[in-house]
Amino acid sequence: MTPLAAYLIVAALIFAIGLAGALTRRNAIMVLIGIELMLNAANLNLIAFWRYGPHPELLTGMMFAIFSIAVAAAEAAVGLGLVISIYRHAKTADVEQMNRMKG
Amino acid sequence: MQEAMAFTPQIDASSITRLLWLIPALPIVAAGIISVLKQPRRKLASSLAIGSLGISLLIAIIAFVHVLSGWSHGHAVREIVNFSWMTAGTQAVELGWVLDPLSAVMLVMVTLVGLLIFIYSTGYMEHDENYTRFFCFLALFAGAMLGVVIANSILLLFMCWELVGLTSYLLIGFWYQRPSAAAAARKAFITTRVGDIFFLLGIVWLFAQTGTLLFYDHGAGSMEPLALGGMLVHQSHWGLTAAGAIGLLIFAGAAGKSGQLPLHVWLPDAMEGPTPVSALIHAATMVAAGVYLIARVYPLMSAGAVAQGEAPGTTTALMVVTWVGASTAVFAALIAVAQNDIKRILAYSTVSQLGYMMAGLGLGGVAVGMFHLITHAFFKALLFMGAGSVIHGAREEQDIRHMGGLRKYMPWTFYSYAVGMLALCGVPIFFSGFWSKDEILESAHGWPLSQAPYYMLISGAVLTAFYMTRQVSYVFYGEYRGRGHAHESPRVMTTPLVILAIFAITLGIIGTPAWPWFRAFLENHAASVEMHAFSESAWLMLLLTSCVIVIVGIGLGWWLYGNKSPRAEETDALQKAISPVWAVLANRFYVDELYGATVIAFYYWWAKVADWIDREIWGDMVATVTLLFKGWAQLNRFLDANMVDGAFDKGCEEIYNGGGVFARIQNGRGQIYLRLLALAVVILAAILIWSGRP
Repeated sequence: MTPLAAYLIVAALIFAIGLAGALTRRNAIMVLIGIELMLNAANLNLIAFWRYGPHPELLTGMMFAIFSIAVAAAEAAVGLGLVISIYRHAKTADVEQMNRMKG
Repeated sequence: MQEAMAFTPQIDASSITRLLWLIPALPIVAAGIISVLKQPRRKLASSLAIGSLGISLLIAIIAFVHVLSGWSHGHAVREIVNFSWMTAGTQAVELGWVLDPLSAVMLVMVTLVGLLIFIYSTGYMEHDENYTRFFCFLALFAGAMLGVVIANSILLLFMCWELVGLTSYLLIGFWYQRPSAAAAARKAFITTRVGDIFFLLGIVWLFAQTGTLLFYDHGAGSMEPLALGGMLVHQSHWGLTAAGAIGLLIFAGAAGKSGQLPLHVWLPDAMEGPTPVSALIHAATMVAAGVYLIARVYPLMSAGAVAQGEAPGTTTALMVVTWVGASTAVFAALIAVAQNDIKRILAYSTVSQLGYMMAGLGLGGVAVGMFHLITHAFFKALLFMGAGSVIHGAREEQDIRHMGGLRKYMPWTFYSYAVGMLALCGVPIFFSGFWSKDEILESAHGWPLSQAPYYMLISGAVLTAFYMTRQVSYVFYGEYRGRGHAHESPRVMTTPLVILAIFAITLGIIGTPAWPWFRAFLENHAASVEMHAFSESAWLMLLLTSCVIVIVGIGLGWWLYGNKSPRAEETDALQKAISPVWAVLANRFYVDELYGATVIAFYYWWAKVADWIDREIWGDMVATVTLLFKGWAQLNRFLDANMVDGAFDKGCEEIYNGGGVFARIQNGRGQIYLRLLALAVVILAAILIWSGRP
């Protein structure tokens, strides 16, 4: 059986890729995709810890992951809505240009 | 409530006594109303003043009749109303008023003379623009003077006394645009203040000795036997009893107000005021307040002698009163001989006559002094108003050398003035001045201690007849030497003159030796007509003396001045005869100069010393302390600016710069925020990992 560390390493890699995407891409859509990757890396960790945890028969990790996916879907919908409305307003999806979020 | 006196005790104060306060209150209220009137409301102002005093006169007459009827039924009327003004601890400050023969007589005199002078003033002040102010002051004066008269509390008396002094000041300085009037007003105020300080000391001492401010209070007042006895036991310095010492202090106040010898200097200068003021205040009423005060505290002044069964005039206090009065009488009469201002002659004559009153009080008691006060008030008011009429008619001329022959132009004034002059000279039988002066001379003759006052008063009387003859000759006889055309004064001014002239003649009736009604009334015993008094040899001698006095005085005056019509620049007839003496007299014995060289010079010197001390010593001390504080403040400022502020400013600057650095991070780009967040997480994770290691 594949050891737990392999899952965790994969999840960490996905998280790192997502984080790098979210922090470095200039396109707002790409930033959103990076955030989705990080979320799914977290989900993978939840499943892995559940599967290798003391009570794999209780389906608690599964439930957790499904909730998390649902929340991520809602979040993606809101995020995309925001990006679209910003695009309509500023005629760009470049996060470098979106610099009005300050006091 | 009524005082138990000579024969029949009575219980209640009559309603007239309870209303007595209205007499001073009405003119004071009128003065208050007039003071807020506008200048053009002349008619209203004078009617208010005259009306209020008229009502006061009516009340005074009713009160007088009340006292009179009590007296004729054999009661000695002394009704008092006392009340407590305020209470401090166990001591109450009590005020009150008294209705007795003394105050009743004074009330009628003051209101009557005052009313006549008010009426006269409407004519005299007709062209003055400050007519309303004048009547305001006059009414205030009348109220204050009446307050002095009815006071039963020495404190109330003192308050009204000071108010009288104030109005005197205001009225002498009525024409304050003239520097001489302003100076005279100040002089009057300050000189009387010297006497008033002693008076105040006397009041305080009296209160300390008796514990009451009231004169009469059902046996507990300060003028009643219990308190007097207490004051006789208490010995003061120099062999005086407390009563004698207090009496002397009070006399000092009276001497200031009544122009007695050391303090007489203000009264002649007071003639700078309008003539009705001179007549009302500085001849008839206010200056008589001092005499009245001595009459009011007479039980105190005569306390020692009465207790030992001697004649009242032999106490130390009354001896001083007598000597001061007699000296003043001669001294002022001498000065009056050599004056040329018509009002100044009358002023010195007033000083001299006040001396007579004081001597009368000292020698013969209340009745003698008060009788001369009353008769003098009428004829001296008459003389002053006559002088005012002359001044008015002779185009504001006051120098008698520039008058002359006015008999022809001003007949009414002349005849009334002549009556006043004859009354003042004491022409026998027909004039009141004779009877009152006669009583004084009679008492002086019978004084057990010395005959000197008698001769002083006689020589004063000769001088009086002389200077009045001189004045009348200059003013009314000979040729007119003045400017313009002299004319008689209006009816409103001559009518009061005639009324006063009638009083100047008739008032003598109440005090003749045959029917000493006035004395009996004041001293509370029955009066009877005894015609044989006229045939007593002592009285006949006195009559003869008086005749000689008057004949010598008037004859000498007429011989020197009568009908000669000297030219204005010519030397005075008497001056030719006795020129060195004349210079002394004309310069008023150099008393003003003496005071100028001593008291006033001392005060100037003292003021200079005080000024020097103030500037050089206190000023320098203050400057030193100021300098110290300034140095300290400079140090503080330096520390503050360079150390405290420096540190604080530096701190603020750093925080500001720090804020600038952090503000640069917040650039509004969400991704940068995220990157910082990630960095923080990495650092946090690193710390956790590192700290998690064993």
